[in-house]
Amino acid sequence: MKSMTDNSVATHGADEAADAFAAALAARFGAKLGRAVAEHGEVTAEVPPECWLEVMAALRDEAEFRFEQLIDLCGVDYLSFGQAEWDTTDVTAEGFSRGVEGDGPGRFAWANRPRNVDIPHRFAVVVHLLSLTHNRRLRLRAYCGDDELPSLPTLTALWPSVTWFEREAFDLFGIIFEGHPDLRRILTDYGFVGHPFRKDFPLIGNVEVRYDPEKQRVVYEPVSSVEPRVLVPRTIRDDSRYEQASIERKQLEDGH
Amino acid sequence: MPEIRSYTMNFGPQHPAAHGVLRLVLEMDGETVLRADPHIGLLHRATEKLAESKPFNQTIGYMDRLDYVSMMCNEHAYVRAIENLLGVDVPDRALWIRTMFDEITRILNHLMWIGTAALDLGAMAVFLYAFREREELMDCYEAVSGTRMHATYYRPGGVYRDLPEQMPKYRESPWHKDKDLARINSAREGSLLEFIEYFTEIFPKRIDEYEELLTGNRIWKQRTVDIGVVSPEQALAWGMSGPMLRASGIEWDLRKKQPYAKYAEVDFDIAVGTAGDCYDRYLVRVEEMRQANRIVRQCVDWLKANPGPVMARNYKVAPPSREEMKNSMEALIHHFKLFSEGYCVPAGETYAAVEAPKGEFGCYLISDGANKPFRLKCRAPSFVHLSSMDEIVRGHMLADVVAMISTYDVVFGEVDR
Repeated sequence: MKSMTDNSVATHGADEAADAFAAALAARFGAKLGRAVAEHGEVTAEVPPECWLEVMAALRDEAEFRFEQLIDLCGVDYLSFGQAEWDTTDVTAEGFSRGVEGDGPGRFAWANRPRNVDIPHRFAVVVHLLSLTHNRRLRLRAYCGDDELPSLPTLTALWPSVTWFEREAFDLFGIIFEGHPDLRRILTDYGFVGHPFRKDFPLIGNVEVRYDPEKQRVVYEPVSSVEPRVLVPRTIRDDSRYEQASIERKQLEDGH
Repeated sequence: MPEIRSYTMNFGPQHPAAHGVLRLVLEMDGETVLRADPHIGLLHRATEKLAESKPFNQTIGYMDRLDYVSMMCNEHAYVRAIENLLGVDVPDRALWIRTMFDEITRILNHLMWIGTAALDLGAMAVFLYAFREREELMDCYEAVSGTRMHATYYRPGGVYRDLPEQMPKYRESPWHKDKDLARINSAREGSLLEFIEYFTEIFPKRIDEYEELLTGNRIWKQRTVDIGVVSPEQALAWGMSGPMLRASGIEWDLRKKQPYAKYAEVDFDIAVGTAGDCYDRYLVRVEEMRQANRIVRQCVDWLKANPGPVMARNYKVAPPSREEMKNSMEALIHHFKLFSEGYCVPAGETYAAVEAPKGEFGCYLISDGANKPFRLKCRAPSFVHLSSMDEIVRGHMLADVVAMISTYDVVFGEVDR
């Protein structure tokens, strides 16, 4: 659907190659791999959590795949996916306050999420692999079954580079990696409470620090100095404006 | 007296050789490191979470602040991710400008690296010389974007504006006047491109000067040869990229293997090491500066010959010109919507990587169709490299840990994000 001059050299015929690779993946793994889709010349496949280790080991070791490097692993919190703060489909008497007070990200519980979204679970882990042999990338996603205590088996035995990535995903999203040798917090403060990248964690945080001259040490207190405020509401516009823009541009160029 | 076998030592976070805010807990046996446990996160600003609360364009500036010595390369990855999802066509001239500034950034980064690495290992002079050339390149940053470091110059659809016709000059001051002023302004009489062309002519000689200070230097070699050897197997397993991977003998460079911008059309070589030690990583980076200089020169030649637009004429993404806004109601509306609401990126996900000076810098972007990213993950090369610290420095002496930290080329802006 997309073509870009920027990538035209790299992805010349990349869409066909990606489709072929997605088909090869489906043929090799069958039910062990969810749907594999090719988009923007990139292949994304879903892996059921119970096959996570097995699929990864095969992808690393089998000559057809040979993904020597794990480039990236990150957590994703799908709470509020596809939810806008600014409903623009019909006329309303409400003003800008919709953006400030509406059901934005982090303002509703997972159980009350909008039902039109095709996301099975709240937390997912996304892995990017790179094969130097075949000069190929692959993205894999596993949804963690339990929304309350998300977990997945660790990949540390396959790629040591994943050690810190998994610590990061644990720290920021609270995803537990079973069998990880050293699952400590990594980016947040010593003694931090909560998982800050979850969508229901406030952007301004829960605590603030100051120096207390009486106690003669730094103390933590609930946030009082910052008022959370949305300056630009989240808006989803699913209309033809981009096609319209290119038509207008053509008209403009013809007119000149 | 009881015998003390091993003890724990704190290195940083306020140590000058910690390159920012690395806190390293070292378990030592005498002078030998038994275990290294890097504590990171002291500079964690939650850039990726901040991005979720802002329209797409407002995060470009945050990208500069990740790896704050290779600013435009970070922007490049982020902007490319947005362009992938939007499907915007970028004008050729903008791509050439991006290629040129990516390489200028590479030289900036490697100059910073060579200066601080030499400083860590006891060679003071290199640092001073390296900053002489950095000054000139930062003037180029300033000429195109108005800032010397955090440029916010790359935008989805192109670059913010075309290269200036006039290179800014030094003004008279108590320290620079008359002949001195004329001398330092002599290369700045023409356009920015002419100034960069002048730079590409003098720069190889400047690299020779650094090499004269270091390459054959006995102390430098004693501190780096056979120190911190990374085998090719280790380099792959630990997800290394960029000069770290190439110094270990693996020929891999995204600019050649998965070319973006105009890298497929420029002529350059990849520097590959053999031993994988600190000295090879030094040699690889020095050669990369020479190659970057070659690429910059080719970009200058192309840009001089081919004027044209530098921004896509898609008003949903890029603002219309002031002139048009005076005459066209649509242009005015586009401008207002773009700067109040931003643009909505079609739902989807993409990973865009660039060969940043430190290694592979990538942006993984998930959009749910809104005017703000749903999730942005920055894959920072320094973060990955630093995670292998324990394995690489185990069994080395304490002083070698410093050599290793500096040849990792870590910057805490991107380790901690």
